[in-house]
Amino acid sequence: MPYDATNKTVMAWRRENGRVGVRNHVVILPVDDISNAACEAVANNIKGTMAIPHAYGRLQFGEDLELHFRTIIGTGANPNVAAVVVIGIEPGWTKRIADGIRETGKPVAEFSIEQNGDIATIAAASWKAKEFVQWATELQKEPCPVSELWVSTKCGESDTTTGLSSCPTVGNMYDKLIPQGLYGVFGETSEITGAEHICEKRAATPEAAAKFKQIWQSYTDDVIFAHQTDDLSDSQPTKGNILGGLTTIEEKALGNLEKIGKKVSYIDALGPAEAPANGPGLYFMDTSSAAAECVTLMAAGGYVIHTFPTGQGNVVGNPIVPVIKISGNPRTLRTMSEHIDVDVTGVLTREQTIDQAGDALIDMIERVANGRLTCAEALGHREFSMTKLYRSA
Amino acid sequence: MGDKPHLLVHDKVDNVGVVVIEGLTAGTDMLCVVTEDNSEFRLTAKADIPIGHKVALQDFQEGDTAIKYGEDIGKFIGPAEKGGHVHTQNLKTKRW
Repeated sequence: MPYDATNKTVMAWRRENGRVGVRNHVVILPVDDISNAACEAVANNIKGTMAIPHAYGRLQFGEDLELHFRTIIGTGANPNVAAVVVIGIEPGWTKRIADGIRETGKPVAEFSIEQNGDIATIAAASWKAKEFVQWATELQKEPCPVSELWVSTKCGESDTTTGLSSCPTVGNMYDKLIPQGLYGVFGETSEITGAEHICEKRAATPEAAAKFKQIWQSYTDDVIFAHQTDDLSDSQPTKGNILGGLTTIEEKALGNLEKIGKKVSYIDALGPAEAPANGPGLYFMDTSSAAAECVTLMAAGGYVIHTFPTGQGNVVGNPIVPVIKISGNPRTLRTMSEHIDVDVTGVLTREQTIDQAGDALIDMIERVANGRLTCAEALGHREFSMTKLYRSA
Repeated sequence: MGDKPHLLVHDKVDNVGVVVIEGLTAGTDMLCVVTEDNSEFRLTAKADIPIGHKVALQDFQEGDTAIKYGEDIGKFIGPAEKGGHVHTQNLKTKRW
């Protein structure tokens, strides 16, 4: 029987802007690197809040600065976040970020350190953080359709088993849920290399195909050929990929693309951290293939659950988005099972079909949406990595 | 759903497959399954090959093309015998 999400719901939070969140974080968000200490102090003062320290935010300019704002604002705006305290060194950029998050309608308060110092700022921000967390912890979950979830994907520490089992498991989930109204996204511009001709054909429209091709080509010209020492052979495939049996970038790319299933096509190609604006469906996002950077950008784009196929065992998590790990490699399940949420080793032994594996992933997405902590959450993985386009001024 | 395979092949036109069990040793009479249609064949492993690594389904010479997922995944830069190990020592991308 074909999968039907019509009456399937999860218990989640309906935010002010109508979006569905599966976590209820109160975030203390630094505008810049030098405000990390104040944010961490506030999060330490007020239990149940979380600081998201990061490395950048000063002297950036142009497109790189726009990406910084988009990433920070998108993180605060994500429906998994109930309320935000923003702290920056000066009031200008701090207000810009706070106002950007405010458009969602959620509570936001901003504080700047200059003319106040860390201690007074921490005190004032702590009062606000306490108010927010006590408000947020009284928000009630309500039944929300599974089809209203936004689910992203990116694989890591891939090997030949990911192309055989965990990536097609995600693809099967998308084939079932996207026609029912789900928002999906895949990315990893550099890892499409070797299968870009196939990816181009999976676009729903010539416009989306052209947009993807332009993104891929500019990455190839501006990044690889501008900075290569010889080629990508020392980092694509990675050392871990090669240990796992992947030999060439084409082989890796073909396995990677299994994540987008057999039936669905992508309706638009997004810039990094850009929110989809063309309605439900699958999107491509221009991202690095580095796990934490990619998941950070997709979370900033508004995705609330991440599905992460792994072969050799990538351990990445994210501060605000639960990352569900799927693996079909029996050695990885034997040696590091504490990191794997969905075991699809049965696909390799013919004890499980891809269809059954896809159903198992959908079941785990529902359980995680209902509140089950993922392995990465339970183990405290909160990697938040900003993508930087070029050097600061 | 059939016995547990030693080797999986994505597509019927592929000329390499992937070891899916740990500790495969030379001389093993491998059960090979094509995932596209669940068809089976047998092949003798010519080397100890780690899980996840590729096996040649035919003899290859330098310059031959490896096919996986029904697609070109690179060229042989050294020979491989049927049942032998295919990896960075004998296979490379054509891209650079």
